[in-house]
Amino acid sequence: MTTSSTALITSDLVDLDLPSADRRTAVRALAERLVAAGRVTDLEQFLADIEAREAQMPTGLDGGIGIPHCRSAAVTVPTLGFGRSATGVDFGAEDGPADLVFLIAAPAGGGDDHMTVLAALARRLVRSSFKDTLRSATDAAEAADFIAKEVSA
Amino acid sequence: MKIVAVTACPTGIAHTYMAAEALEVAAEEAGHTITVETQGSAGSTPLTAAQLAEADAAIFAADVEVRDKDRFAHLPLLQVGVKKAISGAPGLITQAEEAAANAPATAPAGTPAAATPAGAKAPAGPGAASRVRAWLMTGVSFVIPFVAAGGLLIALGFALGGYQINLPEDAPLYETILSNGFDVGSITAWGALAFGIGSAAFSFLVPVLSGYIAYAMADRPALVPGFVGGAVAVTTGAGFLGGLVSGFVAGGLVMWIKTWRVPRALAGIMPVVVIPLLSSAVVGLLMYVVVGRPIAAATDGLTSWLNGLSGTNAVLLGLLLGLMMCFDMGGPVNKAAYTFAVAGLTTPSATALTIMAAVMAAGMVPPLAMALATVVRKSLFSEVERENGRAAWLLGASFISEGAIPFAAADPFRVIPSIMAGGAVTGALSMAFGATLRAPHGGVFVVPLMGNPLGFLAAVVAGTLVATTLVVVLKSFAHRRPRATAGPDGAAGTAPVEATPAATVAVTA
Repeated sequence: MTTSSTALITSDLVDLDLPSADRRTAVRALAERLVAAGRVTDLEQFLADIEAREAQMPTGLDGGIGIPHCRSAAVTVPTLGFGRSATGVDFGAEDGPADLVFLIAAPAGGGDDHMTVLAALARRLVRSSFKDTLRSATDAAEAADFIAKEVSA
Repeated sequence: MKIVAVTACPTGIAHTYMAAEALEVAAEEAGHTITVETQGSAGSTPLTAAQLAEADAAIFAADVEVRDKDRFAHLPLLQVGVKKAISGAPGLITQAEEAAANAPATAPAGTPAAATPAGAKAPAGPGAASRVRAWLMTGVSFVIPFVAAGGLLIALGFALGGYQINLPEDAPLYETILSNGFDVGSITAWGALAFGIGSAAFSFLVPVLSGYIAYAMADRPALVPGFVGGAVAVTTGAGFLGGLVSGFVAGGLVMWIKTWRVPRALAGIMPVVVIPLLSSAVVGLLMYVVVGRPIAAATDGLTSWLNGLSGTNAVLLGLLLGLMMCFDMGGPVNKAAYTFAVAGLTTPSATALTIMAAVMAAGMVPPLAMALATVVRKSLFSEVERENGRAAWLLGASFISEGAIPFAAADPFRVIPSIMAGGAVTGALSMAFGATLRAPHGGVFVVPLMGNPLGFLAAVVAGTLVATTLVVVLKSFAHRRPRATAGPDGAAGTAPVEATPAATVAVTA
């Protein structure tokens, strides 16, 4: 869990200029980064699993964040894709579109120790200082380093 | 003040922990102590007995059933959806303060939520429809491994032992073989063994379905009446639909009994003795007398009605038998049609052999159609359903209709009509093509024994495509509607209308 290849997030999984036409476009753009990084094996399967979760209840939350997520057989290692949108993407939150999008990918059969990193991430998401830092990040590497440091603390 | 809380969400990787964090922060800011049990996928550290005993109030922030709710029976309880805790944790903490202040000093044990304050009752918890669905899915998720393991063993039994392995009905061949000692060198004996083990696993289907629906509704005390009611449904031939009924009746009954105010002396033995005893007696009685009798009468009625139809148009008869085979997969209606066909084999006329072929062809459709549907529209099915779909290919090919039960139980109003339509098409076509069959079981393994096997297979394929198309269309339609129960905090109105492209499965038959 300490090598860079299994870190929760790396700079190539960050998109600070996220395509924002709609929710599906935004999720697909981030998911393609996960595929390129070898963390998702089957893009369409993964997107279908994300949609299935989204259909249960929209994942948008007050405060401008969207957290599309799922457990999927197409995921090899717990991974976060992070996107920032200038115009916002509608994830069904009551108070409007999300400018911060966290795509959380969990393997279908992940053990407890794999999941703790995602639990740590989820806990950070409700802190406004965490969100503020990501809103002011100037490049992908800075955002990825910050998140990686936060969840390992 | 000391608060205990449980957070839980469907996926168990995000909202569970966000809600926990939000509650912890809010409680700390208000100067309270809170301990949160996160029932998520990173494992959960159960609340200790001391934490539970010292607590002044409990909060459930959950969109799925909280496990072991009994532990909180002595506390004033706030129940909300998980999003509510993320967006409005400080307000919840305030409500918990009020609830604790209004609670009687000694809440009687065993009366859960007796002191739920008026302010917390109103919009709390997920909507009724999503709760029913959560209960149903709990039952279904426990049944699926039984269907897969039992069904595949039965299929193996047929493959090794031949279609006679479970004949005649009163003294099946496999039982005779097994009771005469096991012959390691005989392939038929291995087939009998596989069939016997598979049948044992299958005999749990309906009790497990019923038992875990009840368990999801009302925790451990409901497990007994659920299982017992399911077992009675098997005995009376009420099938999985009977099991759904007994599961919900048992769960509802136990939920109600738990609201009784009982003397303190009795409270301790309520969950272990009183509730299981009382509820099993009531559910068993209902299943035997109120549900069982009419079902037996209906089965007899259907059988004599079918016998009276002997002169009817063959295609029409095939259509009717197809509808019946796919209605309840192993239940009374299915059984009436199947028994009718098998009875005809004792005096084999040309008509009887075509009826047998039509009935088997139709019975293969439900698992095949659901297996195909999980492949063409993955997103309409949960992960466990998709896994069940993989096993369903072989179950359908082996004429084990029960392979579709998990799908039908999870979504009866869309799945059952779809597979009935497919079965009707298959039954009618098989009759029209004049396919014949002398064996009462065996699926694709007995194709070599058939008359016009190509017609038989064409009928199965056509019906499967019809059923798959219908189920995909019906489920897509349901998916696209904004969920009325999307959010306990009123998110329903803002739920985006999904832009799923209309189903485009072509019917090529």
